[in-house]
Amino acid sequence: MISEIFATGDSLLHRADPAIKIISALLLALSIAVGSSLEIAMAGFVIGILLAIMARLSPVPLGRRLLTVNLFTLLLWITLPLTGGGENVTILGPMELSSKGIALALLITLKTNGIYLILTALPATSSVHAIGHGLERLRLPHKLILLLLTTYRYLSLIEQEYKRLRRSAALRCFKASTSLHAYRTYGYLIGMTLIRSYARSRRVHRAMLMRGFQGNFPLLALQTIRPGDLWLLAACVVVALTLAFGPVFW
Amino acid sequence: MHISEGILSLPILAGGGVTAVIGTAIGLKRIDNDHIMETALLSSAFFVASLIHIPLGPGSVHLVLNGLVGILLGWASVPAIATALFLQALLFGFGGLTVLGVNIVIMAAPAVAVSFLFGSMVRKPGKSQLLGAFLAGLGAILLSTLLLALALVGTDSSFLTTAKLLLVAQLPLMLLEGLITLFVVSFLAKVQPDLLQLTITSKS
Repeated sequence: MISEIFATGDSLLHRADPAIKIISALLLALSIAVGSSLEIAMAGFVIGILLAIMARLSPVPLGRRLLTVNLFTLLLWITLPLTGGGENVTILGPMELSSKGIALALLITLKTNGIYLILTALPATSSVHAIGHGLERLRLPHKLILLLLTTYRYLSLIEQEYKRLRRSAALRCFKASTSLHAYRTYGYLIGMTLIRSYARSRRVHRAMLMRGFQGNFPLLALQTIRPGDLWLLAACVVVALTLAFGPVFW
Repeated sequence: MHISEGILSLPILAGGGVTAVIGTAIGLKRIDNDHIMETALLSSAFFVASLIHIPLGPGSVHLVLNGLVGILLGWASVPAIATALFLQALLFGFGGLTVLGVNIVIMAAPAVAVSFLFGSMVRKPGKSQLLGAFLAGLGAILLSTLLLALALVGTDSSFLTTAKLLLVAQLPLMLLEGLITLFVVSFLAKVQPDLLQLTITSKS
């Protein structure tokens, strides 16, 4: 099921303006992403945790998400310590572990998790609908916003369509397996989903034409920027600048 | 196929971001108002398809299908993929915001490339149609993996082993995507051939 699990809530961050949250998250994420010292990665991780607490994200789904996010870092922990090189090589039993490799893996793990928490606490606490409006206010092309909102609007419907097809295949004794027959069936299910989506898109388009659609879709302003939003933005700008340029002065 | 946040260096992130913005702008310009809904709904269909787990030996893999996106949407696949990736970052935490540009390039550049390489083959009914579909599906994943490896190695040369490992690990997925794309195209050719002749983007 496709759903916005973090979008509902009434924390301070949930109520903040989506446009402000997107800019703040982008600035923070960039300042952490480009940093190459362990201190910055650590600071980013702490900021992520603080924001997640501020947004009162529910811990169980968040933990599950963090697990998926860390699948790639796991791959790094497996490969980098063995191949990282560098002078300081620790010998652990029969294996030689590169300290440079371990440091790089740690750095990336902290950064990845920190930025993920920031993105979840800031933009992901708004609904996709609200974010679309926010992006419109950030002057992104209207066509792109329309694409985003419509894609999201029909996501669950098309997912249900696919599931219906999958169920009827199951009723006809289709079992998923590694075989040409199974792959052909999946191919046909996807093909049918595409055909139905296309047919639906023609109907939607005609229905919109009947309502005077000329490429513009009026978006009602859901929110106005409040003083609190500007404080949030200011705080994030200061933190991001400190992370990005602080090391130059220290 | 997503790169997570916090891995790539600034030049790679910036390069990916700029390329993605240019590609998305070209794609958007070529979608006229009559085809916004088609692009959007096909984009949601591909999003749904990418959630399907296909059994492969003892495990399962999830589909990417960027080759098929490229064949059906051409240049419009860039904004369609950009939209899907943005939604995936937001809803599932796959990828992220600062790496969005790089991820768009990794997925959408191969889509556009295979639409130019194999598009005419797939559109012409006959024997070569299915071969074209297989090559498009396989080629798109191959190109995506190469771009992903390039982004990793361009950031830090100690990623070389990780990148090679990824390339080997993606080999089964390449074959699978080729096969699935072939079957989807053979189905569309039988059931609704005009979907393969879709002209979402004007040729201007």
